Amino acid sequence: MAKDLVNTLADLKEQEALKIVKDRLSAGEDPFKIMEDARKGMEIVGQRFASSEYFIPDLVYSGEILKEVTEMVKPKLTKTAESKKLGKIVFGTVAGDIHDIGKDIVVFMLDVSGFEVHDLGVDVSVQKFVDKIKETGAPIVGLSGFLTLAFDSMKETVDAIKAAGLRDKVKVMIGGGQMSDEVKIYTGADAYGKDAMAGVSLAKKWIGAG
Amino acid sequence: MEKQWEEMTSDEKQEEMFQRRLSPKDPQGNDIKFQSPQAEKAYKERVIRAKDAIQMKKLPDRVPVFLLPNFFPVYYAGISPQEAMYDYDKCCMAFKKFVLDFDADVDPGAVGIGPGKVYDILDYKLYSWPGHGVPPEQPYQANEGEYMKADEYDALIDDPSNFFSNTYLPRVFGALEGFKMLPTLTGILEIYGVAFNFIPFGLPPVQATYKALFEAGAEALKWAGAVGGTGAEMTAAGYPSAWGGFTKAPFDVIGDTLRGTRGIMLDMYRQPDKLLEALDRITPLMIKMGVGAAQMNRNPIIFIPLHKGADGFMSNEQFKKFYWPTFRKVMMGLIDEGVVPNPALEGHWNTRLEVMQDMPKGKILWMVDQSDITKAKETIGKVGCLAGNVPSDLLALGTPQQVKDYVKKIIDTCAKGGGYIVSNGAFFDQAKAENVKAVVDSAKEYGVYK
Repeated sequence: MAKDLVNTLADLKEQEALKIVKDRLSAGEDPFKIMEDARKGMEIVGQRFASSEYFIPDLVYSGEILKEVTEMVKPKLTKTAESKKLGKIVFGTVAGDIHDIGKDIVVFMLDVSGFEVHDLGVDVSVQKFVDKIKETGAPIVGLSGFLTLAFDSMKETVDAIKAAGLRDKVKVMIGGGQMSDEVKIYTGADAYGKDAMAGVSLAKKWIGAG
Repeated sequence: MEKQWEEMTSDEKQEEMFQRRLSPKDPQGNDIKFQSPQAEKAYKERVIRAKDAIQMKKLPDRVPVFLLPNFFPVYYAGISPQEAMYDYDKCCMAFKKFVLDFDADVDPGAVGIGPGKVYDILDYKLYSWPGHGVPPEQPYQANEGEYMKADEYDALIDDPSNFFSNTYLPRVFGALEGFKMLPTLTGILEIYGVAFNFIPFGLPPVQATYKALFEAGAEALKWAGAVGGTGAEMTAAGYPSAWGGFTKAPFDVIGDTLRGTRGIMLDMYRQPDKLLEALDRITPLMIKMGVGAAQMNRNPIIFIPLHKGADGFMSNEQFKKFYWPTFRKVMMGLIDEGVVPNPALEGHWNTRLEVMQDMPKGKILWMVDQSDITKAKETIGKVGCLAGNVPSDLLALGTPQQVKDYVKKIIDTCAKGGGYIVSNGAFFDQAKAENVKAVVDSAKEYGVYK
């Protein structure tokens, strides 16, 4: 292979990466291998973000390139990529709060770190969290929020998880704008993550993978 | 002989702007009559106290204290954000109660809450407000989107006003659909250009849009009467208004308002030159907006909410290339006209502090949220006045004693030699009243310069 997709994607060279994908597809290569390389490239993006070499725009741009790669490869994929996941996480911005930038970054980082993330979006009701935890059996829940008003929504969500008899089965992390360890205590969550990397290391710790 | 405005230096202009602030006028342009000689004295002391802190030339009598809430006064008064946005009198009552009960050195004004009915009439899409996309008991929140498409930079650069009227406004206001059909007004030339260019105004969608505008305008006027009257009343009671108006950093104009976070971040890679050109194009408009508001409202302090330049939102290289140059130009443009930029560094800006210290002394009021306050004092705080750093979570969940300890600590760190104003760091909704009171009390207790 002339150029390496893993590094081209990791270096955010959009046009080059897409050309490599095109060439490899027309050479009849197994599309699964191409997706595997793309995944490895995204993993490097995640590592660079974690070491402050990359920033949010780089994540956004890499996500965009990956989307284009996926669109090119998808029609040729006969089997779905079944990579082994570290564990399941239910994630969302709590009720009444519609902020998504911070949440999306943590979800991205958890995803490239190998977690199966069930992202419920923004303004997620207490019931939706509880239902999703039951449905997936996820052992980790991430509550995101930007506003001070999210303090109460987070507390209500944790209380509802408790009321549903699930509190012993899940670990809950919170994060976002005005969150802190004080807020963690108030909401009854297990931990506060100050940034996306903290969220990933909490998840790994809880799942016993690092 | 008095110098003409154009002949003054920026120092003299700033001084003149503060002098005007000392003789406040009501929305009709009449001198405001103070409620009592004590109120007049308190008003002047408050203006001078903040002026001294900002100018960093001489010590104020004590460290000033500002309380700059978001919806807190509404909750504190026991009404919902929905009520506050739809019942202007209730909203004004809440803000009056807030100003008088907590007795800080400024009146934040009730304008930030805004008139819900105006947004209803216009079918505003950029925000969700209580009862429209967020629950009645929550404040309004922004809905980012690509309200300007990736290939529309040329249209914006070519004629920003026309882009706003014919493209942007119809996208963010459902009721302004008809604006899409408006003629380009600069085509109304000679007698030939008249008739054809007036045809659109006869079309039903355009007429429907104008009908909505008249309604929204009448409602906005009703609202302005209420909040403007309250502002004048608070001035008469001795509390100067916090701001003369607002403007924005050009990067945030494009990032928040037009392209959205995702859009502008992709533009940084895919079309950096277009983005830079658009930022330059918007810069003089943002200067004009801030200077105009300051002069009209006789208050030199112009608020600049900052968003997309915070730590992590881009690399330092990108910050120096895309965010800082035009943001600095806007601030310099304001400063040249005697205006005091009041940029709010919401969140963390630790990695930007060194870059942002490159400003003239005694001209800026930085609002600091969660940035390292010691580092901020050593950088931007050497040349500019700092306000803030009292955290929202402490106000919501802490105790008055913890608040007092915190305020005392910041005063020790920042207030030596002047150049600091005690204040909350982010615009807060939820807080314990006793904690908010503790902010003001501790500033008065520990902040006296001897």
